[in-house]
Amino acid sequence: MKNESQILAIRDLRVRYNSERGPVTAVDGVSFSIMQGEVFGLAGESGCGKSTIAQTILRVLRPPAVITGGSIEFRDRQVLEMTDEELASFRWREVSLVFQSAMNSLNPLITIGDQILDVIQAHTDRNKRDARERAAEMLKRVGIEPDRLRSYPHELSGGMRQRAVIAMALSLEPTLAIMDEPTTALDVLVQRQILEEIEELRTSIGFSILFITHDLSLLVGFSQRIAIMYAGQIVEMSYSSELVREPFHPYTLGLLDSFPSVNGERRKLIGIPGTPPDMSAPPGGCRFHPRCAKAMERCRFVAPQLRELKPDHWVACHLYD
Amino acid sequence: MELGVKYIFQRIGFYLVAAWVSVTLNFILPRLMPGDPASLLLSRISGRLRPEQIDALKKVYGLTNSPLPVQYIQYLKQVLHGNLGISIYNFPTPVSEVIATGLMWTLLLGLTAVVISFVLGNLIGVIAAWRRGGWVDSVMPPLMIFIGSFPYFWLAMLCLFVFGFELKLFPISHAFGMNVTVGFNLPFLIDVVRHTILPAITIVLVSTGGWALGMRNTMIGVLSEDYITMADAKGLSNRRIMFGYAARNALLPAVTGFGIALGYVVGGALLTEIVFSYPGLGFQLLTAVQNLDYPLMQGLLLVITLAVLIANFIVDLIYVRLDPRVRIQARE
Amino acid sequence: MEANEPRIPGVTAPSVKTRPDNNNIGLPHPKYPLRDLIRKLTQNKKVVAGGTILVAMVFVVAFAPLIAPGDPMAFVAQANQPPSAEHLLGTSGQGQDVFVQLIRGSRVSLLTGVFVGLIATILGIIVGMTAGYFGGAVDNILSVVMNVFLVIPGLPLLVVLAAFLPRTPATIVLVLGLTGWPGTARVLRAQTLSVRTKEYVSAAIVGGESIFRVIFAEILPNMASIVASSLLGGIAFGIVAEAGLEFLGLGDTSRVSWGTILYWAQNNAGLLTGAWWTFLPPGLCIALAAFSLTLINYSVDEITNPALRSQRSGGAILRKLYLRSRATPVVPNEK
Repeated sequence: MKNESQILAIRDLRVRYNSERGPVTAVDGVSFSIMQGEVFGLAGESGCGKSTIAQTILRVLRPPAVITGGSIEFRDRQVLEMTDEELASFRWREVSLVFQSAMNSLNPLITIGDQILDVIQAHTDRNKRDARERAAEMLKRVGIEPDRLRSYPHELSGGMRQRAVIAMALSLEPTLAIMDEPTTALDVLVQRQILEEIEELRTSIGFSILFITHDLSLLVGFSQRIAIMYAGQIVEMSYSSELVREPFHPYTLGLLDSFPSVNGERRKLIGIPGTPPDMSAPPGGCRFHPRCAKAMERCRFVAPQLRELKPDHWVACHLYD
Repeated sequence: MELGVKYIFQRIGFYLVAAWVSVTLNFILPRLMPGDPASLLLSRISGRLRPEQIDALKKVYGLTNSPLPVQYIQYLKQVLHGNLGISIYNFPTPVSEVIATGLMWTLLLGLTAVVISFVLGNLIGVIAAWRRGGWVDSVMPPLMIFIGSFPYFWLAMLCLFVFGFELKLFPISHAFGMNVTVGFNLPFLIDVVRHTILPAITIVLVSTGGWALGMRNTMIGVLSEDYITMADAKGLSNRRIMFGYAARNALLPAVTGFGIALGYVVGGALLTEIVFSYPGLGFQLLTAVQNLDYPLMQGLLLVITLAVLIANFIVDLIYVRLDPRVRIQARE
Repeated sequence: MEANEPRIPGVTAPSVKTRPDNNNIGLPHPKYPLRDLIRKLTQNKKVVAGGTILVAMVFVVAFAPLIAPGDPMAFVAQANQPPSAEHLLGTSGQGQDVFVQLIRGSRVSLLTGVFVGLIATILGIIVGMTAGYFGGAVDNILSVVMNVFLVIPGLPLLVVLAAFLPRTPATIVLVLGLTGWPGTARVLRAQTLSVRTKEYVSAAIVGGESIFRVIFAEILPNMASIVASSLLGGIAFGIVAEAGLEFLGLGDTSRVSWGTILYWAQNNAGLLTGAWWTFLPPGLCIALAAFSLTLINYSVDEITNPALRSQRSGGAILRKLYLRSRATPVVPNEK
């Protein structure tokens, strides 16, 4: 990995929070980096900790969550050591966030125009008129009529809302845009459209994307590299083409087999038996072992380490030790 | 700009129904007593009345021999013309005149107290929720519940006793003293203010807690919403988030609840007036009860209810302004 | 967003209970069967405190004649005597023993409260659940009725009702119960609506169970905490409102209750003669009763809605961190 174009480096991140049933480690030693202009996919079932990571990067994770270890480095700056003022200027300008449900991430009482204005005015010195122009411009770029600036969130359709949120996320032209399940709530056709629009925007503005989803199929054509998360840890990470061609981890195999390939040959859909573990008491050893068809005796007691099996292809599995 | 006309019409309809219910209740009540309402009424109070009063009373109540529906229509007509009958105790002053003075004083006391407690209470609630786990948040809820557990009138008695009697800081009764002349002159106005402070403080003490607790709970809910997380992520200032995003949204349920809570506050205000012999509607209600002045009692019920309904309606209008989802139909 | 109803000033009403929600982290929520709830209740300090006070009051009510023997209305000494060894709380404006009145009056005050609470809750259950269960036109009509009675101010209505009806103890209870039910009804309707759409209810209906069975066996148990909470709130309302009516002279002034003690205190100008013992104790008792009930209610709220709980998890250090900054705190090596 070349260091000059690396914009985000997460090392051994651990996030914990206290639930009623005891402390839960949602993210347990996650490390990865993102390069300039790259689309990095993070895939996994719900509850595996991927959304936690998204919010942790901006440090907007709600109490009672705490970051208990690791570091987040954004272009030579340590996010975990930033003061509130530094965070305020770091947020959105360098890294922005798109949530799964646009309806929930927009304040229902404020027009979308004003919500974009908020962001522009909080971070730049533009006067209101300039800011408004900029907001209108952003809306146009995502295919929304500028007069919609005066609309309230509930007046827009689902797809338009999501586009509006994306416009908001890009209005300061951040270096990295984190997109947490941005299309999950939409129907398939709109999903594809929006993904294409995102790609267009990416090439024209030139930002990186951390794309988080449970739907691996979305990532395959869209991201350069993919990391697979399970139960708070990364179990496999590589270039997407490589991952699809030669998946190593049984969980990855399961994920790949779980969705139909629209263009490819007919395959039997398998799915992964069992359910994600209870994070307050995850299984010992390899966390995936209760659901793994290839589990060995060792997997029950010893946790596998993430190792570079091939160049830029990392796996955490005893099958390959 | 859309005004949410449909919503407003719905609300007007509702208030008309409520008003109709109150008027009808007023009609039914004297006829509720077992036996012949006319003679029962008269037997209770006849000893004190002169013949003219008895006749007037009979007419007022429509306690004629016409069938019930006719009486009802007549009564409705009377009310719509603002004729609430003639006060027995203040014979021959019509009820509406008697109420008019009381209404003025109650509005003065009530509006001041309610506005102050609403603003203060919600502010405290916002701060408590924003600084969760801070001292405001830890101390405020149990304290407010505790103070709110006391009956309004008892707190009034306490305030009267401590501040009026023991400490002699404020006057202990009436709306103004003996040594000022009524009118828009400064000594009078100052005296009025001095007399209003204690009852107002009582009402504020008891009712602030309600708003504060409600707002705190609502605000806590709002603060856990995704759009607040987004507001943080957007790097907005704390103040913008607290007021523009959180409090603004939390205000909606507070406004909605205001209407209902108003009913209770009004009740408490009336009781407070009684303790302080403040010449508002509450005090008049008590004297009406003590003197069995039924027309006045019923007139007061009607006026107070109508006032509360109007206040509720105004609050609804404000709500329409605040919540765009009610104003504008969602377009897909 | 399902609103939490504001705590109504002076009267304690439970917040509208929705299912525990708003957990951003995505953990599945444990259900709250009654047993679990009761266990949590007994562990909660506030509940224990409130419960103790209530138990003490029940004790006093049960053994009142033993604790304070004698005729509470009897004239025993000079009027307005301060507390002394002989008369623990002094004498009233008419020379009666305030302590005896207080203890013996507890029966009327508390029992009235209980009955009012029961009536209001039962009425509220009937109306609220009917509206919530059947929905549609039935719901519309009942909702309008509920809201009308909620919006009409209670006190003037109570006063007029009490003035017109005969002065018996039953009147007060009836009248208060009739004004107290809308609040409960609304809450129960909301909860019935949400519970009704649950699968096990639909299953029961499809399975052919009679309506009554569905309501009582399937829906009601889930609302046990809300019903209990409404009941407690209703009792608190009854105690305070009864005192108010007595204070106005609308009750039976020949009986002794906390409210009548206050009525006489006001009428005998106890305040103006500095006889604080004539009005302080009954007010404190009323407040104590209402407060303990509210406390329990409030704690039940906190237990069933974790978001409201005062943040004790994580210790004081974490709390300070959360206060200082809204950003996710970094606490290395936290165990």
